[in-house]
Amino acid sequence: MISLPHTLAAIVLLPLMGFLLNGVFATALGGHRFGNRLAAIVGCGFPIAAFVLTVNALLTLQAGGYAPLIEPLYRWATIGDSTFDVTFYFDRLSAIMTLVVTGVGSVIHVYSTGYMHDDKSHGRFFAYLNLFLFFMLLLVLGRSMLVLFVGWEGVGLASYLLIGFWFDDLANARAGKKAFVTNRIGDAGFLLGMFLLYRACGTLDMDTINAVFMGLAGSVPVVSASLVGLLLFIGATGKSAQIPLFVWLPDAMAGPTPVSALIHAATMVTAGVYLVVRMSGIYMHAPEASQVMAIVGVATAFLAATIALVQTDIKKVLAYSTVSQLGFMFLALGVGAYGVAIFHVVTHAFFKACLFLGAGSVIHALGGEQDIRKMGGLRTRIPITFWTFVIATAAIAGIPGLAGFFSKDEILWYAFASSRGGSPWLWGVAAVTALMTAFYMFRLLWLTFLGPSRMDHAVEHHVHESPLSMTGVLMLLALLSAVGGYFSIPHFLEAQVPLPAIVAEREHYERTLLVVSIVLAFSGLALAALMFGGSAERPERVKRALLPLHRLLSAKFYVDELYERLLARPLVWMSEQVLLRGSDRFMLDGMLNGMAALALRSAGLLGRLQTGSLHLYSLFVMAGIVGALVWSWRHG
Amino acid sequence: MDRTQLLLGLSIALFALGLLGLIIRRNALVMLMCMELMLNGVNLSLVTFSERYADAGGAVLVFLVFIVATAEIALAIPIVLLLVRHTRSMDIGRYTDLKG
Amino acid sequence: MDEAFVLNLMLWIPVIGVLLLIAARRNDRLARSLTVGVLTVQFVLASWLYTRFDAGAAGLQFVTNLPWIPQWGVSYLIGMDGFNVLLVMLTAFLGPVVVLGAHRSIDNDVPLFHAMVLLLQFAMMGAFLAQDLFLFYLFWEAMLIPMFLIIGIWGGTRRVYATVKFFLYTAFGSILMLAALIYLVQALAQTSSVTSFAFADLYRAQLPLSVQTVLLGAFALSFAIKVPMVPLHTWLPDAHVEAPTAGSVILAGVLLKMGTYGFMKLGFPLFPDAARAFTPALMTLAVISIVYGACLALVQTDIKKIIAYSSISHLGYVMLGLLSLELVGVQGAIMQMVSHGLVAAGLFLLVGMIYERCHTRELGDYGGLARLLPVFSVFFMIFTLASVGLPTTSGFTGEFLALLGAFAAAWPLHVAGQSYPLILASVAVLGVILGALYMLRFALTFLFGPTTAPHQPLSDLSMRERGILGALVIAIFALGLFPDSVMRKTEHAAREYQSLVKTSRLPEQAP
Repeated sequence: MISLPHTLAAIVLLPLMGFLLNGVFATALGGHRFGNRLAAIVGCGFPIAAFVLTVNALLTLQAGGYAPLIEPLYRWATIGDSTFDVTFYFDRLSAIMTLVVTGVGSVIHVYSTGYMHDDKSHGRFFAYLNLFLFFMLLLVLGRSMLVLFVGWEGVGLASYLLIGFWFDDLANARAGKKAFVTNRIGDAGFLLGMFLLYRACGTLDMDTINAVFMGLAGSVPVVSASLVGLLLFIGATGKSAQIPLFVWLPDAMAGPTPVSALIHAATMVTAGVYLVVRMSGIYMHAPEASQVMAIVGVATAFLAATIALVQTDIKKVLAYSTVSQLGFMFLALGVGAYGVAIFHVVTHAFFKACLFLGAGSVIHALGGEQDIRKMGGLRTRIPITFWTFVIATAAIAGIPGLAGFFSKDEILWYAFASSRGGSPWLWGVAAVTALMTAFYMFRLLWLTFLGPSRMDHAVEHHVHESPLSMTGVLMLLALLSAVGGYFSIPHFLEAQVPLPAIVAEREHYERTLLVVSIVLAFSGLALAALMFGGSAERPERVKRALLPLHRLLSAKFYVDELYERLLARPLVWMSEQVLLRGSDRFMLDGMLNGMAALALRSAGLLGRLQTGSLHLYSLFVMAGIVGALVWSWRHG
Repeated sequence: MDRTQLLLGLSIALFALGLLGLIIRRNALVMLMCMELMLNGVNLSLVTFSERYADAGGAVLVFLVFIVATAEIALAIPIVLLLVRHTRSMDIGRYTDLKG
Repeated sequence: MDEAFVLNLMLWIPVIGVLLLIAARRNDRLARSLTVGVLTVQFVLASWLYTRFDAGAAGLQFVTNLPWIPQWGVSYLIGMDGFNVLLVMLTAFLGPVVVLGAHRSIDNDVPLFHAMVLLLQFAMMGAFLAQDLFLFYLFWEAMLIPMFLIIGIWGGTRRVYATVKFFLYTAFGSILMLAALIYLVQALAQTSSVTSFAFADLYRAQLPLSVQTVLLGAFALSFAIKVPMVPLHTWLPDAHVEAPTAGSVILAGVLLKMGTYGFMKLGFPLFPDAARAFTPALMTLAVISIVYGACLALVQTDIKKIIAYSSISHLGYVMLGLLSLELVGVQGAIMQMVSHGLVAAGLFLLVGMIYERCHTRELGDYGGLARLLPVFSVFFMIFTLASVGLPTTSGFTGEFLALLGAFAAAWPLHVAGQSYPLILASVAVLGVILGALYMLRFALTFLFGPTTAPHQPLSDLSMRERGILGALVIAIFALGLFPDSVMRKTEHAAREYQSLVKTSRLPEQAP
């Protein structure tokens, strides 16, 4: 452990360096001066260095008795007596998040060297990935909500650029735009919450705000905690893809798979969870907001899981799975189990990244095929991918012993028994969702890897295992998915964010629920094996029997169409017809042009007096003289 | 009817004739003559009042009017001359260049 | 060197430039180089003054006060304070940028064009620096003629309609303002026997509320046309579309700031009671501008019109910040003014560059430019993000602080029972969503997808083009990342604005 003075700043700025270097020299901007290899070294080197520094920072933190490391960088603005500073803050929570971001981030960078090897915009990819890492680190290491917000918007930008990475296909660019705009809707709520907090606390430093709300500073907050909590949660629904703003995440699968793994599974989407945990001081005093969060979370989890049951694109299944798992995290947050939510963030990062990268490996092996109906029989052809996928699937399904089991079980337990909003109903819905999770994940496993091959011939010829840069990462992540649950993060964080108390009457259900969880996991496995392990007839019959339901789920409950009809089209219609044609052109310009026409018309009329006839002019002169005489005679 | 009233009546008559002629006649020179008539009518009334009230101011004004009228005629006749030369007619109905 | 002298030199150097241009009127190339040189010198002088500007001192600096028409109280009074220091820098900075940007696109009557640009620069600078109302009005009116000619001679197909509309609209407001200002000076002379056009004296005038209202109305009309605020904005899209690139850049970069500067320096401080009484109404108009401008930008197909309507939207934030009367809001408003000047200038330059290559302004004619012109697209993306208000850009600084100010003002009113300002401020926040929507829609068809563009193959940006855009980008990031040093310079002025507008100046009731 070495004590470096500007460690935190270095952690944040190293990826920025990588972005600038690759961005200028490895892209069309700088004439592709860096070759693939150099771009890869730069692209991976900086994140790895950041990871090393993070570990060092953790050790420093530990040595200092976990007193938060505070590193001011510079003053952004001074308004009267209050200042907006850019300061970095490192405590237990930051440590975990930063380790995940730099650690999982680095390995995904390494994976990308293999996956994006043949891409012509290889350099640009690494530049964008590093840019993302920079903003994400700003997000998790910032002390003030302002710095967090900079990171928050920044990761949105990186996401936009990366989703639309292959922009020659307009659909990809459109998906990127959808992500950015949907995030922005959430950001509006976030901004409102921030403004209220600033008004209430006079600062945007999160530790100070928490203290104010916990009443530690002795001051009573001016603003209702629930209102602020709800507004910040709206921001979180945008970033973390909850109802009603989750629609961008499935579309985001248009981006390269490492992007889906890093941004849309492991890190960016967990920003919302991080935000809530960071502001736990507010949420602990906001029961209404917490209740809303729990309900929205579990509803999202349930809804997304049902959609995932029938998806046929390998990445879409995983996307909806991510939305669902995020729902679980918000459920945990909603019942006050903040540490547990973070626990799930970490385990989810491991197994979801492994799953996505595994999917990437499959896609790579099949030369671009993503439809699971055209897969199968891959178990022996790409064994490493297969086995890592199995481990990760088992983890997410909650098979005991693996990481996902521990975190998910804790969530279910607290959903049931937390004194801060836990209820059997929440547990019930969550439990059913867990069952569905196990089912659709094993369905995915079966259809992709097992059974007879349904691949196209041309594709089948080329099936090959991925290079070491990819499989190595898969193995590492699979290992973490397996053992990552043994380090109890909730207890590590408990000093900072206490776990909620358990309702006394429900305390003895713990064993029972544990057993139920295990049963659910294995039931899901069994059901999937039953359905998809045999002939293709069985799933087909079930599908035909439930055809209307199947159609509804396949169409994702028509949510996108609903938004299009209710929001997008009316907005454009109103802007076009009402505002542009009606108001601007017809009324305003009409009035103006009308006035001009009036002026011209009256000038024309008056012009008729100029007949050119001297006679008439002299008549007017005489009439005027006579009139003046009469008038002066009258008025003495 | 005493002398003053008679003379005023005459001056009014002169003025009115001149005005009428100005309005009715179309010949540019005749219009000028009518304007002179009007001026003379005014002159007459000025002299009448000057004599009536033994005020020399009226007579002085008459001289002023003479001078201005002379100057005006000195300018007006050449202008009419140029107009006639330009349009080959003394009919003021033909001078329509100012038609707007 | 005496700073006041340098200030005068900086102001008058464009006039010297015009005189030199008269000598160089046969040589296009010389005219161009001369103008660039003159404006660069102006920029250097302005920068020097900027560094010498003392952020800690309140009041005017580098003052020149020469009596001009003593019987009326008119003097040649110019000076720099926190209100105009940034705007002077912006004007001086954009001067060379504009002329360098117009390098290729103007090919007829080149010396005349540059003379117009110089005169315009002189008038704008004068308007910012003037501290005497008569002088200010002179410069205000003087801005119209060069702009009128720039649009009218070197503009597009409907240039005559556009420029006449622009001129008449603006002049109409100005006439009313003239009447109002004469009345104001008279009122001051009558009540305090001080005959003066100087701002400092006029700030002390005491007027009954009814009079303040009428005068504010006259001034506000003139300024609101310039801002532009809805519903007085319809001249802007036409003017922008028909103007040549350089004209659009100056118009968006500096001229539009005149309106908000007028409100900040004159409109509100001169008539504080009326201003406070009408804050809800004005705030409503500001928020309408934000939303209306954004909605209309969403459905335009002419790329210049998109940016024109986005300007209307952005300047609504400035008005919102000014009306908040909170220090953070006013600072935000000033930052947003400067930011908009830089961002809009950049966007119009980019549009001009693509127009020079492809000769069309229809969005539908373009596609996939990121593939064809990578350097262009990177700059376009940066300016788009600044327009959207992405943190680290100046756009964020302005919008964030202005909105924060609006909220800080609205919340106590809500608690006290008056919720309307809070509702307005919340609607204004929706503007950030719409901002992303219309700019990204623009970027979507413009940059991405299948490549479409007339007159291919296209050449990417030249060194000259990269240079001017690069300068703007650096400024944008500087203001976005390090606004503190800049905001310190305007702090005193912001406080002065606050105190002027918050202090009542109704005449005391006679006992």
